[in-house]
Amino acid sequence: MKQKVVIIGTGHGGIQAASSLREEGFEGEIVLISDEKEMPYQKPPLSKGFLQDKQTEDAILFRSVNFYQNNNIDLRLGAKVCKIEPNNCQISLENGEIISYNFLIIATGTSNRKLIIDGKLVENVYFLRNLVDAKNIQQKLKESQNIVVIGGGFIGLELAALSIEKGKNVTVIEAQSRLMERVLPAIVSNVFYETHQQNGVRILLQTAIENITTNEVILKNGENIKADLILAGIGVIPETSLASEAGIACENGVLVNEFQQTNFSNIYAIGDCANHFNAFANKNLRLESVQNAVDQAKVAVNHILGKPQPYHTVPWFWTNQYHLKLQMAGINSDYDETHFRGDIEGQKFSVFYYKNQKLVAVDSLNRPADHLAARKLIQNGISPTFEQVADLALKFGELCC
Amino acid sequence: MPQITYIENNGTEHQVELPLGATLMEGAVQNDIKGIVAECGGSCMCATCHVYIDDKFLDLLPEMEEEEDEMLDGANAERRENSRLGCQVRISKQLDGIIVRIPEKQ
Repeated sequence: MKQKVVIIGTGHGGIQAASSLREEGFEGEIVLISDEKEMPYQKPPLSKGFLQDKQTEDAILFRSVNFYQNNNIDLRLGAKVCKIEPNNCQISLENGEIISYNFLIIATGTSNRKLIIDGKLVENVYFLRNLVDAKNIQQKLKESQNIVVIGGGFIGLELAALSIEKGKNVTVIEAQSRLMERVLPAIVSNVFYETHQQNGVRILLQTAIENITTNEVILKNGENIKADLILAGIGVIPETSLASEAGIACENGVLVNEFQQTNFSNIYAIGDCANHFNAFANKNLRLESVQNAVDQAKVAVNHILGKPQPYHTVPWFWTNQYHLKLQMAGINSDYDETHFRGDIEGQKFSVFYYKNQKLVAVDSLNRPADHLAARKLIQNGISPTFEQVADLALKFGELCC
Repeated sequence: MPQITYIENNGTEHQVELPLGATLMEGAVQNDIKGIVAECGGSCMCATCHVYIDDKFLDLLPEMEEEEDEMLDGANAERRENSRLGCQVRISKQLDGIIVRIPEKQ
């Protein structure tokens, strides 16, 4: 009998899982479910090319409209899964339909953390998660002059950069003492701070919000900031409600093993919603990145097809703001030494992070070749000497592979 | 619309028409052409849309920026004189008939 794989979610993970199944020769049924109405599209460009008006809706589609039919993938758009029944190997849709599966892949991603002030949910704030959100923001940006961005993380800063480039007045409010403090060292985040300021963005660090009205953000220090549009990027929470209600083990995401399996052996979780042990971080974590979603999809598919290969890929991330192109390889949360390569003043440098003299991560600012090399170095466990890091004449390609 | 020929590494040819302004990467991905990964979605971040351009069309391409140049140095397949990143080449009228070869790996 033909086997059936059901995939919930059509982000990078879900689409990759469906594609890889066919590429690897899976001949059974594939049902791919999205609660959104649009053809599956890529989310990273929403806060970049799409809202910059450089990429159209069509340009960010994952695949052609015909791809799903040509590959015999049963794509269900606008379909909401309301229940997973692991013991019966079936899911229920909101419209009452029941779909059985041999294997289930949960690729539900994350949702935006809501803004709560004094215990009350703030309503008139725009968040960016999907295409509908992006289109709402696109329209609202046209009508607005004064933009306030709450949260100085990747998404908030990408939105700030594209808003100021549209000629708006932009203020960023961040509770921490630095931009992107959770993921970047001071030397890198300061470059972003200075660049945003030079471009005219007003950045308020260590700043708390007292209240938000329809057209004002009132700070704890008493200042009122006029706001025609308030955007917020204050983190995400994994979409695990379906899984946890079904008795699938969750803890900051759906818990998975190195093959992406949950505590039910025929249910997998991949991408932003999957909490896994990551060898490159040496701890359990969730990663919110394209790389992680795509590679975990391949791991799950290979396991389903009886060709198990554990997840073992160097994490990498990126952000684009103005002329600043930041690429991050590895996890820089635990290190005891850093070394620099390139021109710090000229905003063209990489930070190499070492732990016990082993290279664990590299952040590259406007040095894309360093980034690509770093991924290979870390993947292969090669740690260049500090002299080699500083030696611009040395091409890392000579050290690895 | 300009016509593009993609040749996959195994020799499979695909002739497709692309709208002006689309990139070679978008054209490949949306026409189900194998061998273009385009992990970063066209941000010039990952060097997984590496292609070889037919020599006749090399001079008609948009000029290569420094970042593309550097990324190509780190591409997984051999870099050649006619290497480009597909996400950085937008289709113009001049490129009608262009032949694009996909490398063995990305």
